[in-house]
Amino acid sequence: MATPVTTHSDTPAQAPRIHGLLAEFETPGDLMHAAAKVRDAGYRWWDCHTPFPVHGLDGAMGIKRTILPVCVFCAGATGTIAAFCLQAFTNSVGWTIWAGVWLTGYPFLISGKPAMSLPAFIPVIFELTILFSALSCVGLMFLFNGLPSLHHPLFKSNRFRRASNDRFFIVIEARDPKFLPKKTEEFLKTLDPTAIELVED
Amino acid sequence: MTTLGHKSSMDHHLTGMSDNTVERPGERAPLVLNMDKFSQVTATVCRVSEAERAPIAWYICFTLSLGLLSVLGVCIGYLFLTGVGVWGLNNPVMWAYDITNFVFWVGIGHAGTLISAILFLFRQKWRTGINRFAEAMTIFAVICAGTFPGIHVGRVWFAYWLFPIPNQMEMWPQFRSPLLWDVFAVSTYFTVSLLFWYTGMVPDLATLRDRAKGKLQQLGYGLFALGWRGSNRHWHRYERAYLILAALSTPLVLSVHSVVSFDFATSQLPGWHTTIFPPYFVAGAIFSGFAMVVTLAVPARELFGLKDLITLRHLDNMNKVILATGCMVGYAYSMEFFIAWYSGAMYEKFAFMNRAFGQYWWAYLIMVSCNVITPQLFWFKKLRTSIPIMFVLSIIVNVGMWFERFVIIVSSLANDFLPTSWDSFTPTWVDIGTMVGAFGLFFTLFLLFCRYLPMIAMAEVKAVMPQADPHGAGAGKHGHAHH
Repeated sequence: MATPVTTHSDTPAQAPRIHGLLAEFETPGDLMHAAAKVRDAGYRWWDCHTPFPVHGLDGAMGIKRTILPVCVFCAGATGTIAAFCLQAFTNSVGWTIWAGVWLTGYPFLISGKPAMSLPAFIPVIFELTILFSALSCVGLMFLFNGLPSLHHPLFKSNRFRRASNDRFFIVIEARDPKFLPKKTEEFLKTLDPTAIELVED
Repeated sequence: MTTLGHKSSMDHHLTGMSDNTVERPGERAPLVLNMDKFSQVTATVCRVSEAERAPIAWYICFTLSLGLLSVLGVCIGYLFLTGVGVWGLNNPVMWAYDITNFVFWVGIGHAGTLISAILFLFRQKWRTGINRFAEAMTIFAVICAGTFPGIHVGRVWFAYWLFPIPNQMEMWPQFRSPLLWDVFAVSTYFTVSLLFWYTGMVPDLATLRDRAKGKLQQLGYGLFALGWRGSNRHWHRYERAYLILAALSTPLVLSVHSVVSFDFATSQLPGWHTTIFPPYFVAGAIFSGFAMVVTLAVPARELFGLKDLITLRHLDNMNKVILATGCMVGYAYSMEFFIAWYSGAMYEKFAFMNRAFGQYWWAYLIMVSCNVITPQLFWFKKLRTSIPIMFVLSIIVNVGMWFERFVIIVSSLANDFLPTSWDSFTPTWVDIGTMVGAFGLFFTLFLLFCRYLPMIAMAEVKAVMPQADPHGAGAGKHGHAHH
């Protein structure tokens, strides 16, 4: 599917539409070296693709820290409150509330213990805090990453299949304001990759 | 791959060294043997699921497991049709094999999360060779564990009463009961373990997807890989999420077996009502879990050619954990006796004397010899690194741990406060069939996992290879990439 770069003409917005330029590297060190240069060249819509997380690449790419931990904390706190409310409602008070259907709580009297036995509620509070945190942690991580997305232009490239095996890639996308097919290709060549490929949209 | 720096340390990785248990001062022992390319790791792991046919031994084991699984099916079916009277339970022994099996399987399930979470936080890189494997084992063990409380409730068609589901009777579960805490602890544990396992597996499923030849494989692996493409912007959030999951799982794994022990410890029965139970149960759980990992890893690495990834050093490390936790368990056994004597409580004293010398003395003897005496052999490096010995020992440990739960549950119930209510427990064929059948469920799931899913966390193994270090062996043509 992928067209060799040498055959295309240098006119932007010409059919078939371009997704971007793909440069292949053999080692994590080469990739990191190149990534720092792409960052410094001022590109914004670009990415590295690696078979495993490369230590220090976030810095070389200039990636800002994710807000995921803050979101997980909020979800965990929600779990804490939800677990307390669940137990207090079902075991400590006789209130009737509307939650889609009418629900009535029941103040259980168990061996003379107080209706609001907070110490006995702690294990379930703990478990639900963890449950809410973990579910939101994984769910939001995939959501923020835009996954699942079973289709992506990069999957058209046969070369790119090695991104999950043993090769390291830099992709500069065509939507980057600084992207000009010829100029960007020249720039990528200066990074000394083992191959450059044009990926169609 | 050309190497500019660290030439001397690289030599060890390349020269076909198979004994990486030797300590070389100032040097890290290699975690991957006889491989210096990432593609070799990929090929070695993927070969298992990409092969046209599994090894013949796999088919034999799978047939046997399916046989045992059908025994479980028959026993549970018979139980449902007839009632819990088909078990050997009586008054006062109202819990026996069911809860013994439950605690046994939950305990085994602890090693996976310990390896993936706690060893991750401690930056123990050797975990990468075995974590996928151990996490899978955890999930299947928790499935087996969850079966028992589900079927022991008597009227199984009311099993959903375990959960706070609104109903027309305005009836709610009683949250002051540790049995209900258990429902929340075990189901949270299962969910979080499954998330951890699956999240870790997504990049590896992407690898299988990218290599798949057939349409079915492409579709199956592709669907579950969620479109993962190794983007570093994704890896950034992924690694953060993985760290958070590890931080959440660590207290979780300690809480689960503590809550299981509350089922006993919060009761007033002599032999159950002790404060040592939570840490003692957790140590025992790690002990039995690691033993099960060794039991499974030894044949699996042999059968699927994974000896360079699950190396002798991995097994040696696990055996050290077994030794350490075995000693903790032994300490707990002796401390229980000391406290029973020191408390001066007549019933406590009796419960423990009865445990060791009463009607179940043989079970106590099996427990102590399997759990305390046998693991001491692991003090010797020769025995710790001998494949046949560790395999046999790991099975002995799990036999011992099953008996530990049996001793705690049955001997305490059978002889409680009033001699007039004493009785003894004899298992029926349904008890034994259910216990044996649970192993069928476990091994069926585990064998399917071995055959169709990446058994080793490829992405994580690659990341701990020296070639993955962009400043070291993986620096490539630019040498050290400094910024």
